[in-house]
Amino acid sequence: MVFIVSVILWVVIAVVALLVLYIIITFNSLIMLKNRVENAWSQIDVQLKRRYDLIPNLVNTVKGYMKHEKGVLTELTKMRSQLVSGSMNQKSKASDSISNALKTIFAVAENYPKLQASENFKMLQEELSGTESKIAYARQFYNDNVMGLNNKIQQFPSNFIANMLGFKGREFFKTEESEKKPVKVEF
Amino acid sequence: MATLYDSISWNKRKSILLVVLFFIIISLLGYAFGLYLGSVFVGVAFAIIISTIMTLVSYYSGDSIILKMSHAVEADRKKYPHLVNTVEGLAIASGIMTPKIYVIEDSAINAMATGRDPKHASVTVTTGAIERLKRDELEGVLAHELAHIRNYDIRMMMLVVILVGIIALLSDMFLRSLFYGRGKKGSKGGAAGAVIILIGLVLAILAPIIAQLIKLAVSRQREYLADADGALICRHPNGLANALRKIKNDKEPLVEAANKATAHLFIENPLRTFGGKINFLFHTHPPIDERIKRLEGF
Repeated sequence: MVFIVSVILWVVIAVVALLVLYIIITFNSLIMLKNRVENAWSQIDVQLKRRYDLIPNLVNTVKGYMKHEKGVLTELTKMRSQLVSGSMNQKSKASDSISNALKTIFAVAENYPKLQASENFKMLQEELSGTESKIAYARQFYNDNVMGLNNKIQQFPSNFIANMLGFKGREFFKTEESEKKPVKVEF
Repeated sequence: MATLYDSISWNKRKSILLVVLFFIIISLLGYAFGLYLGSVFVGVAFAIIISTIMTLVSYYSGDSIILKMSHAVEADRKKYPHLVNTVEGLAIASGIMTPKIYVIEDSAINAMATGRDPKHASVTVTTGAIERLKRDELEGVLAHELAHIRNYDIRMMMLVVILVGIIALLSDMFLRSLFYGRGKKGSKGGAAGAVIILIGLVLAILAPIIAQLIKLAVSRQREYLADADGALICRHPNGLANALRKIKNDKEPLVEAANKATAHLFIENPLRTFGGKINFLFHTHPPIDERIKRLEGF
């Protein structure tokens, strides 16, 4: 009798120990995934900041040539400030409209051979389109990591522990609908 | 994601296995040498000390040796802004540190990745690749290289180049000393003859093992995997597919500098025939057509 009780006791202890171990491991991997998501987000931020820094140079270079396209330049300057302040949603919106404005500027620049020939402009164009694709890549990396975190939070059985410890899934960094439509060039 | 981490740890284990196997081979060589010298201990100790030093030196500076031998120069951001930006972007997408970027002056289209881990890695492209590939094609090629870096394929590849080189070097030293020895002391003919037969045997055993090692390192699966991972990194499998098609139709697919240079790493034939090609992406690889077919199927 005593023997059976002690066996049961040990089994209970083992099960509890395993459970605790599982909770610890799950907690740690949730923390790791969350930190990865945050790190990925800061990568986007770095690129948005880079773009923020490049835009005034572009505006100054282009201003002298593009007399008729003041509107798009003003728009660009206005949206720029939102790149570094505001919520993720605002940043994402600002980033999207800046992408569109830049596309417009580079498309229009083809009408200005002198501008096209300027070394400074060429450099800025390469840097800005490089930053543009880095933003896209950083977004992709962010979304990959968000997926990893969300899977862990939603999948069975880690979802119990995630809920218990108050982990919340993140939102994907979506592209705006307008970006999927062809760009309209209007002045 | 699980498969990615599995393949990384498999690659790390394979690297250790490779080093162990290599030390067994070296000890065998040393043993044969020792028989000839009259002291097995001296032979084995000599081989192990030399190869340990060489392995350590090459493990920590092998990438820069390979780069130097290929006449690769570090890419200047001002001269190749697009290349640098693309690599930086892909590094963000694959979640690794931006590797060092090198350029080889050569009109052939080619690229390679080397280093011992993602923190000490570099990608190299030929000027031919920069000039003749379109943006998305270059991006595909670079994504493939970054996949090799992220998967630790580069460590395996570098170790193979180094270890095979050391074996070739040691057996060469060994053979040479035999011939010198015979020149000095003609009377020892009988013993030397037996030793030469023994060495012949050892080398005969060695050659297929070396070939196997190379197969291990640059197995076709690793290449297909890097193709797939690369496509996942840049989300555009057609870029690499088109680049591969361009390389296939290229009239001068060899990188001259690399062939001449890496041949120095290996002293005797037949090793020289592997030498120039082993680091270079598009030679010791699965059939290009099959790779293109798979990429277009994604």
